[in-house]
Amino acid sequence: MDILPILATLRRHKMIIWLLVLEIALSCAIVCNGVFLIVQRMQHMEMPSGIAEHELVQIQQAPIAPPSDRYARAQEDVAALRQIPGVRAVGMTNQLPFSGYSSNGGVMLSPTQPHRTLNAATYFGGNLLPTLGLHLVSGRDFASDDYVNADAILKSLANGSGKGFPMPTIISSTLAERLWPQQSPLGKLIWLAPKASFRVVGVVATLARANAYNTATAQYSMIVPLHMGADKDQSYLLRTRSQDRQRVLAAAVAALKRADPARVITHTRTYDQIRSDYFKDDHAMAGILISVIVALLLVTGLGIAGLASFWVAQRRKQIGIRRALGATRTDIVHYFQTENFLIVTFGIVIGMVLAYGLSLWLMMHYELPRLPLSYLPIGAVALWLVGQLAVLGPALRAAAVPPVVATRSV
Amino acid sequence: MLAYYLDLALRSLKRNPALTALMVVAIGFGVAASMITYSVFRAVSGNPIPDKSAQLFTPQIDSWGPQQSFNGDGEPPQALDYTDAMALMHAHAAKRQTLIYPVQLSVMPSGNRSLPISASGYAVYGDFFPMFEVPFRYGNGWNAKQDDGRAALVVLSEEFNQKLFGGVNSVGREVTLGGHQYRIVGVTRRWNPVPRFYDLFGSSGFEEPADFYLPFTRALDLQIPTNGNNSCRGKISMNGWDSWLRSNCVWVTPWVELDNAAGVARYRNFLEGYSADQQRAGRFNWAPNVRLRDVMRWMTYMHVVPPESRISLMVSLGFFLICLVNTVGLLLAKFMRRAGEIGVRRALGASRREIYMQFLIEAGTVGLAGGLLGLLLTAAGVSGVGLLFRPEIARLAHVDLSLVALTLAVAISATVIAAFYPSWRAAHVQPAWHLRSN
Repeated sequence: MDILPILATLRRHKMIIWLLVLEIALSCAIVCNGVFLIVQRMQHMEMPSGIAEHELVQIQQAPIAPPSDRYARAQEDVAALRQIPGVRAVGMTNQLPFSGYSSNGGVMLSPTQPHRTLNAATYFGGNLLPTLGLHLVSGRDFASDDYVNADAILKSLANGSGKGFPMPTIISSTLAERLWPQQSPLGKLIWLAPKASFRVVGVVATLARANAYNTATAQYSMIVPLHMGADKDQSYLLRTRSQDRQRVLAAAVAALKRADPARVITHTRTYDQIRSDYFKDDHAMAGILISVIVALLLVTGLGIAGLASFWVAQRRKQIGIRRALGATRTDIVHYFQTENFLIVTFGIVIGMVLAYGLSLWLMMHYELPRLPLSYLPIGAVALWLVGQLAVLGPALRAAAVPPVVATRSV
Repeated sequence: MLAYYLDLALRSLKRNPALTALMVVAIGFGVAASMITYSVFRAVSGNPIPDKSAQLFTPQIDSWGPQQSFNGDGEPPQALDYTDAMALMHAHAAKRQTLIYPVQLSVMPSGNRSLPISASGYAVYGDFFPMFEVPFRYGNGWNAKQDDGRAALVVLSEEFNQKLFGGVNSVGREVTLGGHQYRIVGVTRRWNPVPRFYDLFGSSGFEEPADFYLPFTRALDLQIPTNGNNSCRGKISMNGWDSWLRSNCVWVTPWVELDNAAGVARYRNFLEGYSADQQRAGRFNWAPNVRLRDVMRWMTYMHVVPPESRISLMVSLGFFLICLVNTVGLLLAKFMRRAGEIGVRRALGASRREIYMQFLIEAGTVGLAGGLLGLLLTAAGVSGVGLLFRPEIARLAHVDLSLVALTLAVAISATVIAAFYPSWRAAHVQPAWHLRSN
């Protein structure tokens, strides 16, 4: 196919060509950045929690007044919840992966360190490994005599006696690898405060934190065998088969109400709800971006098709002459396809520069990472496809112009 | 003449229905996408208290020191610890001042006819109500004397009064919150500034409206813990209520009302002076580091507008721009094809101005049609916003008269602006060229 005659023709419609190029360039810039944003959000949404997500339900309560003995109350509640048919395990926790409400501590590798080494999620509660379904990769789970009442520990911290420390702790493998790269973490000590030391007795494969803003630190978590008692900040967790979740949840609420009719249950939800709530914004963002990108490619495609139709109508006579001079239908189709390819390619080249500029601007204002170069071809391919699809109809119509048109005047 | 141009425009648009539809649809979708995202953005970024936002300030005092700052950026904590909060309150350095923290209590509805429910509200000082212009349906707030007297009073919201007392005037009655009795002194009208600028420490600013307000001093006496954020630095020494109050944990949001620039400068000096005193007393071993932000600056600093809302607005505007470029191209092609017709009109005496008018009116018609389509799509889209945005944000988006007007105005003006160049080209057609038979 000879390109020079096409270029010569394009020069005669400078303004319209520039508009098309501009439209394609803008589309390309938005598509490249949009796809990148979508992929980022999707990756964020797929962040692993490390727990048996589809088998968990959570119940939170607000005690009407401090119960006389919140530890005894918690024990009674757990015992009652265990009785419910279909319940495989019952635990208590102060937080859950992606639950939003978080409890964290500053981890130090020595008691005299002036600043913390890192910040990690601190899970307090009971029976968490079997209930959450955490995968223990080394060491052991807590034994029943590892558990201590929170009041005893607070008293020990307040009078500085250090009684009860070091406590056992189970940490995530990511945290272990960050604190002691290439070493066995078992038996090692960490500090949350100068007097509060913890000995690592086990390592779980994955356990995400409640506020997993940052992918790099999302898996820094530790579990401490601390009985907190029945409280608004301690929720009951029940593990059951996924099809039994709603039934178990209803039965559990009824059992708790039976134990204390004055009790206020503030939240009951399945873990799946917690996860989808936490990632709702990412979901929204991906949804908006996908719809805009689809609409944008559609409008661009229709625009290209509209202009191409005009050109075909305008050039009927010339097409007829070419056909009369021996050009085949395929030649005519190829002419329009090549013309479209040239325009789109030109738009894409400008669009890539724009895409990069847009990415730099987004980086400056929204703390987004730089657009990887590998995303540029996505925009290019998308627009080439849209362009070729859009021009196909008009091109076929052009090919259908009979050579006899050349002989008619007007 | 106008009617004639309109007639010409309609004829011309009817001649290429597919092309006309294409332009109308592009403008409709572009303007609808922009308006839907704008309706959300407008709701989340609006000024919650327009007539007073420049007179309300939240003081921040660095009680942690530069090493422990929130994000390592040297900014003071986003709330006050108990010591600093009480010091500000006792200094009375502003015209009005209040401390705020969120509380959650269970309530036994009167008559024991149902099970207890959970209610959320705020512990505040009496100045809270006049400062934030809280409207009252029945009764009033309380005064400074009752603050000092640590009185067991409560103000209910209209919705909560409806729930508990069926909406009757409940002033003077008693209500039991968290196991303690309070006398109702006031019931507010519906009042829920969005975003809730006065409680952003540990809340997004888009929560359900508060149920009640009770005196800060009373809440302290009853040792009601905060239901919001509580951030601490350094060693853990939580041993009951009193040691929590003495700790460096920040959980109280202060607000002050200052009338003018001189008042603001004076208050800033007061904060600096207070911090310097604390440094001299050995409580802070760093230089004074204070902030005094007004409502809008505070909301910007706390990133109240979700980035999703801003980015989706920008992406939609980008889409609208593409739709407009598309329209310019199509209009240009369309107008230029009618060079012959223009030539005839010019030869018959039409001025360039008249040609100009004719084509701008044609574009305006397209814009109007696009705007009407956009309006339909916007209405559908706004009601479907809940599919995408969080429910507490989605329910803020709504179609009102100003959005309708804006949609039409944007669609028509954008299309007419897009038509300037194509019309200019059309008006500059040389009649002689096109009158020759080709």
